Amino acid sequence: MADVSIRNVTKQFGKTEVIHGISCDIRDGEFIVILGPSGCGKSTLLRMIAGLEEISSGEVAIDGRVVNRMEPAERDIAMVFQNYALYPHMTVYRNMAYGLKMRRMPKDEIDQRVRNAAKVLELSTLLDRKPRQLSGGQRQRVAMGRCIVREPKVFLFDEPLSNLDAKLRVQMRLEIRKLHEDLKITSVYVTHDQVEAMTLGDRLVVMDDGYAAQTGSPIEVYERPANMFVAGFIGSPAMNFMEVTVQESGQALKLPGDIQIPLNGSALSGWAGKKAILGIRPEHLELDSKGPLSILFTVGQVELLGADTLVHGHISEEKVTLTVRLPDVHRFEKQATIRLSISQEKLHLFDPETKKRIDG
Amino acid sequence: MEKRVVFRNNVLPYLLVAPQVIITLVFFIWPASQALWWSFLREDAFGTKSAFVWFENFADLFASAEYLNSFRVTLIFSSAVAGVGFSVALLLAVMADRALRSATVYKTLIIWPYAVAPVVAGVLWFFLFNPTVGMVAFFIKKAGVNWNHTLNGTQAMTLVIIAAAWREISYNFLFFLAGLQAIPHAFIEAAAIDGAGPWKRFWTIVFPLLSPTMFFLIVVNIVYAFFDTFGVIHAITRGGPNYATNILVYKVFNDGFINLDLGGSAAQSVILMIVVITLTVVQFRFIERKVNY
Repeated sequence: MADVSIRNVTKQFGKTEVIHGISCDIRDGEFIVILGPSGCGKSTLLRMIAGLEEISSGEVAIDGRVVNRMEPAERDIAMVFQNYALYPHMTVYRNMAYGLKMRRMPKDEIDQRVRNAAKVLELSTLLDRKPRQLSGGQRQRVAMGRCIVREPKVFLFDEPLSNLDAKLRVQMRLEIRKLHEDLKITSVYVTHDQVEAMTLGDRLVVMDDGYAAQTGSPIEVYERPANMFVAGFIGSPAMNFMEVTVQESGQALKLPGDIQIPLNGSALSGWAGKKAILGIRPEHLELDSKGPLSILFTVGQVELLGADTLVHGHISEEKVTLTVRLPDVHRFEKQATIRLSISQEKLHLFDPETKKRIDG
Repeated sequence: MEKRVVFRNNVLPYLLVAPQVIITLVFFIWPASQALWWSFLREDAFGTKSAFVWFENFADLFASAEYLNSFRVTLIFSSAVAGVGFSVALLLAVMADRALRSATVYKTLIIWPYAVAPVVAGVLWFFLFNPTVGMVAFFIKKAGVNWNHTLNGTQAMTLVIIAAAWREISYNFLFFLAGLQAIPHAFIEAAAIDGAGPWKRFWTIVFPLLSPTMFFLIVVNIVYAFFDTFGVIHAITRGGPNYATNILVYKVFNDGFINLDLGGSAAQSVILMIVVITLTVVQFRFIERKVNY
């Protein structure tokens, strides 16, 4: 049980800087998810916390102690690797006991801890097996068991579910969540999967190319993305973007094709007459023929998902493409024209220069 | 999916395997069967008559103190060559695996000795340690040791072990390095997080994971020390002094070609053949199955 504090951490490989100064305070018992596309530096950040990569500048502190110069073993952390990294020549039991044995724990206590963890993770009958005799889900559990027995201050997860099939992934996700609720050990979890991030994290750190683009609760990140990267990365299908002009009054937006959307109350002071980027999530467009804020939409490809229907198409002659997510099954003809309404509260505006959110 | 190639022509497949079969027949099966046949014969000193004597040649061998000595010498020699070749190669491979800079140069240099023909290597070591003109021998004498491997059996043995192992280190090094690099880094990292220091990590994780390489090399090294070291022995000691380095394969040559005891020599080579067949069977049947994880 400990808090983790990351202060302005950077990482350079030779002359290239891959992490450009990230700060984050992780509270005791919190579950933090570092989310980002591949190559954004999220695993590197995790490995710096673990002590597997040197920290180029900045500080990482665990439980108030700066750990920059400490060996991984001294940091009192445990890590689940992407490929689990189970020792192939050892049985499940010895895999779990290894860390305790290295710390010279008495044999009977090791035995007790390993058997307890095995019970929690439903591995009791598999203790004598070698990793190669286990299924993917079981290996995953052993990897977690190896961490649990240590009772470390911090759990680190490096994309632990990416090697499992879809069904198992959902199941393990729930188990990890449940485990965290039971043990309340501070956890840092790296993933590129936004569903894992949204469901597991108390807070997310969304990373983009070595920067922390936004830190906040999953719903905060979804509802108020700090910039266009976060807005486009979180949510599936991705948010629609289009260039709009803010009217002279600052009270309304002009969409391509002379469509006008009044802004609710708050005027965009300072943006009158300027261009901005409007973002609308596919799920926030509704099928509507009467509403005042409706736009004409020409249907292109339709994807029927059963519970939802994804409609790809465009508005106006200027071919601004949009994706719409409608609940239930809808069968539209190609090139059919339908009316969509936009809910005013769910609009996102971004600065075309800085790509940052404009708060009206 | 069927991956076998099916030939419609009945002659072509036989033609294709023929070169390999012919080489095996001419250079292996034929000499081997000749040796087997000769091992049951005894010739007179002038090679004019020969008599079939059943297992008498073998019985004579195991009754001869010289042959038993040769067996003992071979065991000492081959286990020392394998031991030295093994440990030094492993040490060098572990260091090469850790080296980041100029690792390629280092690797290339270590591989060089393997390119040197055994006899040439033997001559090199012979001159370096030559009691009269040798550089190394000079320094050893300076250090107060009376070095003369042409008189002292233990020193002669030490020298041929060094010369034979020197070459084997290169070979083992290559395999150990490849084996080390095949071990996923995550295992080492996981062990580091689990609290194992470098020494513990090596012995509990790396070493066991190297075992397939290790078992393969044990067999190859023993076979090398048994058979391929003829050149080294011939160039440095010629089996002496006083049979101190007279390993089995050298004795086969000596008895057969120098002393012209063809029957006895053939019997010895049959015994060596049995040894190598046993080692091969052990390698394939026992070891390869056991280290598979």
